[in-house]
Amino acid sequence: MKILIKNGHLADPANKVDEKLDVLVSNGKISKLGKPGSLPANGCKVIDAAGMFVAPGLIDMHVHLREPGFEYKETITTGTAAAKIGGFTSVCCMPNTNPVNDNRSVTEFILAQARNASTQVFPIGAITKASRGEELAEMGELHAAGCVAISDDGQPVMNASMMRRAMEYSKIFDMLIISHCEDSILSGKGVMNEGIVSTELGLRGIPRAAEDVMTARDISLAELTGARLHIAHVSTAGSVRMIRDAKSRGVKVTAETCPHYFSLTEEAVRGYNTLAKMNPPLRTVDDVAAVKQGLKDGTLDVIATDHAPHAMDEKSGEFDYAPFGIVGLETALGLTLKLVHEDVLSLTEAIRKLSVNPALILKLDKGTLSAGADADITIIDLNEDWTVAASQFKSKSKNTPFDGWKLRGKAVHTIVGGKI
Amino acid sequence: MALSSKDLLGIKGMASEEIRQILDTAATFKDVSERDIKKVPTLRGKTVINLFYEASTRTRTSFELAGKRLSADVINISTSTSSVVKGETLLDTARNIEAMKCDIIIVRHSCSGAPEYLSTRLKSSVINAGDGFHEHPTQALLDMFTIREMLGRLEGLTVVIVGDIAHSRVARSNVYGLTAMGAKVRVCGPPTMLPPGIDRIGAEVHYDTDEAVEGADVIMMLRLQLERQAAGLFPGVREYARLYGLNQVRVARAAKHVMVMHPGPMNRGVEISSEVADSTPVILEQVTNGVAVRMAVMFLLSGGSKTET
Repeated sequence: MKILIKNGHLADPANKVDEKLDVLVSNGKISKLGKPGSLPANGCKVIDAAGMFVAPGLIDMHVHLREPGFEYKETITTGTAAAKIGGFTSVCCMPNTNPVNDNRSVTEFILAQARNASTQVFPIGAITKASRGEELAEMGELHAAGCVAISDDGQPVMNASMMRRAMEYSKIFDMLIISHCEDSILSGKGVMNEGIVSTELGLRGIPRAAEDVMTARDISLAELTGARLHIAHVSTAGSVRMIRDAKSRGVKVTAETCPHYFSLTEEAVRGYNTLAKMNPPLRTVDDVAAVKQGLKDGTLDVIATDHAPHAMDEKSGEFDYAPFGIVGLETALGLTLKLVHEDVLSLTEAIRKLSVNPALILKLDKGTLSAGADADITIIDLNEDWTVAASQFKSKSKNTPFDGWKLRGKAVHTIVGGKI
Repeated sequence: MALSSKDLLGIKGMASEEIRQILDTAATFKDVSERDIKKVPTLRGKTVINLFYEASTRTRTSFELAGKRLSADVINISTSTSSVVKGETLLDTARNIEAMKCDIIIVRHSCSGAPEYLSTRLKSSVINAGDGFHEHPTQALLDMFTIREMLGRLEGLTVVIVGDIAHSRVARSNVYGLTAMGAKVRVCGPPTMLPPGIDRIGAEVHYDTDEAVEGADVIMMLRLQLERQAAGLFPGVREYARLYGLNQVRVARAAKHVMVMHPGPMNRGVEISSEVADSTPVILEQVTNGVAVRMAVMFLLSGGSKTET
């Protein structure tokens, strides 16, 4: 299929391109770029992108697709459909499936299921066997099978020595280690941020220190071992501060945050709203400000969703019993563009966080609109007003705190490997 | 005049007028329990369900008696022997009960927020009989009733609550209620047992019990849960009793007319010495007043007006 995207404004930070250009797509690749009107339209499906921005396909490097094992919450099919609507052309799926993706057979299963998916799927393998934190998983096998990074996400690797060895071992394959930073003994049975709101609601709290002590530990271990560390879902001012400091010292650390950590605070939990329950939890206004500043000054490299689908029944009932997590694929771009409209980030910076940087960190040949690159393209209308309607989500699960939010800006076309 | 909401979920945000109304109504109902025939027809024909997800003798019996003395039909459901053990959800359980046309559902649950969750989904009136660490409104109401009865007022009194404030719904409800009624509240406990922001809710924070009880009009002792020792919240009952236990020497630092209270059940020799426990009749008075206060709450939630007794 040939596609001609005309009249659009190219936002290609990797190539420092920020001008009106037409794009020709053919055989799954970007074949040509040219001044508006200069490319032949014959035999092409034409997309008129007038007034819109043409960006490299967005990449979500933290998604829970739930397959195998939890298909009632989401499948690779439904999850990637949600991703595509959200403007993503690639997603990385976390290994806390059932069975855990700690071996080649699960990785291959995921890749096989992903063959007909709406976006490209890059599996993340486990650090330890069954993510139990006791023995290293066979990293070589996971790497060979196609895993692009390793993580025990869902839980931390509590044993510092185990994390140290995983980091050392990862250097054989230059494998990225994504760390879920949480001291689970400090967080205990906590269900929301520890503070005045948890006191008023009578809920057990997770102190910010639970995240900070692990961020500090893992940065230290990354320094010790020289491994590549990526810190998942940063939610605290303390973590942002430490990552900034580590980067200034040249430590090989990168970090991501999620849209909810710059859009909501712990106040969203009032009324025992399980749709505002996730781990790490929503924090305070100071943390939100620090996260925004971290995005602005480059301390936080990536915006990823930590898309965590759960069935409505599971999120009903007692707050204590509800599982942690919210979906995010279909609201991430809209919430990020809110930062653009608020002048916290420029559109170029936003695209770096959502596409360019994930590609660089994962060493994927993506995140650009170069001639010859994969035709992963997201066309963004920066000014389209829309209202979040969870009931219309393509995801199997609707657990979002953003239902009813009025947002401005969304992906109007998502082209994956040259297919609309 | 009935209460402003169909439910009683907590003291937080309640207007002092409403609290006063409940206390005044409770005073009239207290007489009923003194009579030979402890019954008034006020809630005749109404159905009241005690839905207790947590074990309780005191509170449940108190609610049961309150309902029966108002002539309501009262049923007790203790979930250990109900379909909850078969995995029935909170909402399904409550809906099934409501389908039997119940007027008032009294809920005690170990999870904060459970009564509120039900209140927005049921047409029945929901009374919170204690949810997690969140609130225990009828306990605070009966505590305030007792103080007002004994000392004549609430405004301007200094009330000290001592113990595991962090895990206490009784403490929270009392802080909200007493400050709303103009009392000064001090909370005292080891820092490990003081929740963040308790000072922002209106209480003065103390780690030193001797300092805290200085000149106090009321001392409320909270039960120490011995399991908290394993979690590292305190090193042992010996040190806890020494630093935070109420004994004769410590009580002497308070005002001469000081009232010693305890929501029960007591750990004798831990948070309260036997001499102090046995020399104060207030603790039992709290129990008596509990029935009257709960009668008042049920009456007012059912839209009653005072003249009907």
